[in-house]
Amino acid sequence: MKDLTAEVETQTILELRNVEKRFDLDKGFLETLKFKGGRFTREQRSVHAVNNVSLEVKRGEALCVVGESGCGKSTVARLVAGLLEPSAGEIHYDGQRIDNKSRGQLLDLRKKMQMIFQNPYASLNPRMTIQQALEEPVRYHNPGLSRGEVRAKVAEVMKSVGVDPSWSSRYPHEFSGGQRQRIAIARALTVDPEFIIADEPISALDVSIQAQVLNLMLEAKEERGLTYLFITHDLSVVEHFGTRVVVLYLGSVCELADTRTLFSNPKHPYTKALLSAVPQLKDDKPNHIRLKGEIPTPINLPPGCPFESRCASANARCREEKPRPIVQPDGAMVACHAVEEGRLSPEI
Amino acid sequence: MSLLSVRDLTVKFAMRDQTVTALDQISFDLGKGERLGIVGESGAGKSITGFSLMNLLSRPGFIDSGSIQFEGEEIAGLPDRKMRSIRGNRMAMIFQDPMVTLNPVLTIGQQMVETLQAHRRLSRADAEQIAIMKLREVYIPSPEERLAQYPHELSGGMRQRIIIAMALLLEPQLIIADEPTTALDVTIQADIMELLLELCTSNMVGLILITHDLGVVSQMTERTLVMYAGRIIEAGKTREIINDPQHPYTQGLINALPQQTLPGHRLKQIPGNMPGLAAIPTGCAFNPRCPYAVDHCRSTRPETVSYASVEVACHEVNRLHNTVLEDESA
Ligand SMILES: Nc1ncnc2c1ncn2[C@@H]1O[C@H](COP(=O)(O)OP(=O)(O)OP(=O)(O)O)[C@@H](O)[C@H]1O
Ligand SMILES: Nc1ncnc2c1ncn2[C@@H]1O[C@H](COP(=O)(O)OP(=O)(O)OP(=O)(O)O)[C@@H](O)[C@H]1O
Ligand code: SF4
Ligand SMILES: [Mg+2]
Ligand SMILES: [Mg+2]
Repeated sequence: MKDLTAEVETQTILELRNVEKRFDLDKGFLETLKFKGGRFTREQRSVHAVNNVSLEVKRGEALCVVGESGCGKSTVARLVAGLLEPSAGEIHYDGQRIDNKSRGQLLDLRKKMQMIFQNPYASLNPRMTIQQALEEPVRYHNPGLSRGEVRAKVAEVMKSVGVDPSWSSRYPHEFSGGQRQRIAIARALTVDPEFIIADEPISALDVSIQAQVLNLMLEAKEERGLTYLFITHDLSVVEHFGTRVVVLYLGSVCELADTRTLFSNPKHPYTKALLSAVPQLKDDKPNHIRLKGEIPTPINLPPGCPFESRCASANARCREEKPRPIVQPDGAMVACHAVEEGRLSPEI
Repeated sequence: MSLLSVRDLTVKFAMRDQTVTALDQISFDLGKGERLGIVGESGAGKSITGFSLMNLLSRPGFIDSGSIQFEGEEIAGLPDRKMRSIRGNRMAMIFQDPMVTLNPVLTIGQQMVETLQAHRRLSRADAEQIAIMKLREVYIPSPEERLAQYPHELSGGMRQRIIIAMALLLEPQLIIADEPTTALDVTIQADIMELLLELCTSNMVGLILITHDLGVVSQMTERTLVMYAGRIIEAGKTREIINDPQHPYTQGLINALPQQTLPGHRLKQIPGNMPGLAAIPTGCAFNPRCPYAVDHCRSTRPETVSYASVEVACHEVNRLHNTVLEDESA
């Protein structure tokens, strides 16, 4: 295999190594007891939300995570943010292992890493004025600042996101969805983070407001050299904002590639189907690949490739053996037996 | 004769302290088997339009004036008893959330049979046969078994397909679909849209598709209405509206899409927000956000005029067009 490390000039800021996350469905001991074949056996059912995911985020990039509802995007975000603990595997930030440390031990890191949610209410307390909401993290992370300095910093941040600082005594519900999301971003930016985890930050917003918020995030990226882990299901946003893309399916990585490579030359059959399904604005002959079959539940994961039940190229090996991500000549990582064997069904 | 003809339809909401206007003199026609898109951002009045056509407006909303003719018959203000025989029978609505239509405590079969028997004299066995046929038309695998299942036992995509099958049960002339795929993944959305398109074209069913996704409208419809603050501000052939929008708001909407800007560059944003009903600006409702607004726009409501093969409500459309031409010749 080709040695990739020589080509990588940029520094890795975040690394996931074989990360797994299972949510146990049967909590008590008794619930796990099942009567089968004339005797009791213990059986733990769990949701396999994230399965053996390895990826790196480079400093200054925007790594986008895409995939269908329930494929584990938010779980990945919450694992990285330390809101969930992995069931297996390791997460490293800036050379330091973070998944086995308590939130208290990671105080420094919490300042460097901020999270933005789809629903800005999740990041803004409805009973706090915008001034209070923005002051809190500033004070928390800069205990030395005087009252005047804190106020000045808050006003500066509000201006930078295009919200009138004279509105600072208002409550979140007095703002529109787009303004609220901009304020949530402002709040994340007050502590000068270097890494932002954004979970569908613009999905609930209208097109014109999406543009406002996306521009704000782009500016922050350029001016502050921010790194993003950006979760979305909107592929046109990925193409615009992402430097690299990781496609998840049922908690596994199907494909990970530079944005341009992924859009111009998708390789995994699922990526191909996904791209073909996006309604195009100007071309009226859609070439949509219809996926057949049912999506398995993450409770009973198939033993082989997770996409096998809907894949036109699936064969016996796909049903038995999980494909591992393999680096392609153009740098894309693809986990698919058919791609590896060069026998991808021609119609897709 | 057109299938549907709406003239100067005005819908208001009687709020505690004031009455606000949700639909402001909207007019449009829909031919038999024609597919029409209604686009606009949240709060534009798209759903209220759909509800008004179906006579499903609930208090405090009411039709203030205007007419809705369906197959030549006036249906605005028709008593609910009469409307009920049209609804479901000759026109049907598909909502974003299938659970609005599906009853969680009845099986799919019970619901379909009930709907059929409410409108047609049919035996239970015959009704079931029709239900199975309709489920097959929307590609539901093993439809016989699905009849015995409850809505929660099915995936979101399958539920939405069942909703489409139910909308088609009585072979309506018109389907109004309000964001039918917004809650679904893109691959499933594409399947459902393809299906809807296929069924509408093969059965000559008229379709009003409400969405905020211009890509969906572009692939599904022949004509499009663009709404802003309760008015139709641009109407015409979908192709022309997408390729050559005339109204500054439509231009703004299309230009704001990420695919209209080179990757990594600043998107062309529209400043500000859609106004609430209680604060619709005088003159042109879009004027505070419009880069071309002049004094006239702030004082006088623009009438709808024909321009470059679309209908558009903007004072400055002439000047705007000339500016563009000058830019191009420069
Ligand atoms: N706390 C939990 N307990 C049990 N299962 C969970 C929990 N959180 C998530 N899951 C399951 O894990 C899987 C992945 O969920 P996740 O929220 O990460 O998906 P997602 O890709 O973010 O989806 P969406 O696009 O709908 O937000 C799903 O099957 C979900 O039901
Ligand atoms: N019951 C109601 N009482 C008062 N105002 C209402 C009511 N229902 C809707 N409205 C208002 O009417 C306007 C139009 O609403 P409508 O639901 O038609 O918007 P829409 O275009 O469908 O938006 P969305 O994309 O969010 O579905 C909005 O300003 C909304 O707040
Ligand atoms: S009427 Fe005036 S304000 Fe309204 S869209 Fe046209 S130019 Fe802009
Ligand atoms: Mg999620
Ligand atoms: Mg609506």
